Amino acid sequence: MNLFPLTNSLRVALIATAVTFFTGLAVSYYVRNAPRLVRGALDVILTLPLVLPPTVIGFFLLKLLGPRAPVGRFFDGTFGVRLVMRWYSAIFASVVVAFPLMYRTSRGAFQAFDNDLRAAGQTLGLSNTYIFWRITLPNCKQGIVAGTILAFARALGEYGATSMVAGFTANKTATISTTVYHLWQTGDDAHAYMWVAVNVAISCVVLVALNYFESRAKRV
Amino acid sequence: MLTVDIKKKLGTFALEVAFETGGDITALLGASGCGKSMTLRCIAGIEKPDSGRIVLNGRVLYDSEKKINLTPQKRKVGYLFQHYSLFPNMTAAQNIALGAASHGKVRRRAAVAAMISSMRLGGLEKRRPDELSGGQKQRVALARILVSEPDALLLDEPFSALDDYLKWQLELELSDILKRFGGTTVFVSHSREEVYRLAERVCVLTDGKSERARDVRGLFAAPETLSACLISGCKNFSRARSLGNCEIEAVDWGVTLRVPAPPPDDIEYAGVRAHYIRPAAEPGENTIECAVSRVIDDIFATVVMLDAGTGTEYSLIRMELPKGDWAALGSPERILVSIDAGDIMPLRGS
Repeated sequence: MNLFPLTNSLRVALIATAVTFFTGLAVSYYVRNAPRLVRGALDVILTLPLVLPPTVIGFFLLKLLGPRAPVGRFFDGTFGVRLVMRWYSAIFASVVVAFPLMYRTSRGAFQAFDNDLRAAGQTLGLSNTYIFWRITLPNCKQGIVAGTILAFARALGEYGATSMVAGFTANKTATISTTVYHLWQTGDDAHAYMWVAVNVAISCVVLVALNYFESRAKRV
Repeated sequence: MLTVDIKKKLGTFALEVAFETGGDITALLGASGCGKSMTLRCIAGIEKPDSGRIVLNGRVLYDSEKKINLTPQKRKVGYLFQHYSLFPNMTAAQNIALGAASHGKVRRRAAVAAMISSMRLGGLEKRRPDELSGGQKQRVALARILVSEPDALLLDEPFSALDDYLKWQLELELSDILKRFGGTTVFVSHSREEVYRLAERVCVLTDGKSERARDVRGLFAAPETLSACLISGCKNFSRARSLGNCEIEAVDWGVTLRVPAPPPDDIEYAGVRAHYIRPAAEPGENTIECAVSRVIDDIFATVVMLDAGTGTEYSLIRMELPKGDWAALGSPERILVSIDAGDIMPLRGS
């Protein structure tokens, strides 16, 4: 059996999760005490992908990254890199779709964080970088881990925007979700069932992990 | 020595604090929400005032005109938070070691070990903050601060997170620790008893405005303003005006009172503590005839609410008698009370 869709899906989801993790943390940490108007505006923009249909996101991405679109043309012209219809194109789609989950959960964790702990670190002479990595993050761990797991799950399950931006090319851009659609279209139910099972299994593992971290959070 | 003179607006609340400390323990005394903690946070650099100046031992920490605003890290000011703010993800020993983060490794290890033993924290090194009692948390927090060798120590309501019984124990401990520290200490409290016992100087804060810092004993013996007198625990006030020649008219009590020294020209109120009001045998100087409006049995005293009969806002007078004294008087409906001239406190409005 050809495992490309699985490895490609995992590769895309892992990279997308890593990107979402750092950008989500950085942005939510900034938004946490941004001026109220900025915070409100950013909140709407950054959460929008959560509620927009994936096709709308796919449409936006194509209008931005496509070969004739500004960003896409620049990368094509300068580095000779095509941004759409490649395996890594799915990463763009997954990042955009998963970002709000990471952003919102980690922002919640940062807002619940006791700012006196930060102030205590500062008055003790600890650098802000040290405080962020060794005091803020560990004490927001539960929310951040939950956000990361959700982002990973969402990235893995991404279909709509991915199918528009990366398309379906066997052994090149195929992910589990696009493969299932393709198999269903071609009437190959046996293989479709198999990939459905794989997807359900991975999602279950992810959700069990999420529950585990949440129950640990409650105990603390 | 610490000099603070700052202003900060927070919505409709305006903080205007100015005081100076020696190398002693200065208390900021005021009701909750009067800006005490905000003042400490400004000194530590956690909050930024709108304008003013903060100088510690000749070092300018903040000066709005010279655009100086040191980061909290550079101020060398230790801050004991109300709930101690120990890092929950670290053990007691790790918390303390962070205070010594700027020392070299060898010196740090020695300093932390010395601090653990002098703060009687031996055996608790590996515990996390949620496994420590309130008192232990406070000792760890103090150890963490002291090991960083701050130039000044700021204590934000150090006993508010504890129950009554523990409070006393900790107060004794803290008093010893502060004596050993010996540097400038500013301590915030809403409890006049704590302030009286622990501090040498006191600065009263009312709705964000500070009064001049003064000797603690002096404040309690002779508060100068109505708000200082209120926070010092006085229960009886009357609007007053000077009649010249050591006499004042206590408007709300409907009497003329003799005072030991000529009152200030801008006297607006007179205050008398409840336990200085005594039943009198016959009319004379500084006596007031009152109706008895209520008798309340308190834990260690009998509180008698008297009405001077002027019908104004301040016409009620609170008298506190040792238990039994009231019963011995035969529960009269009207009573004559007297006040010693020396117990009358002439007060300015603010």
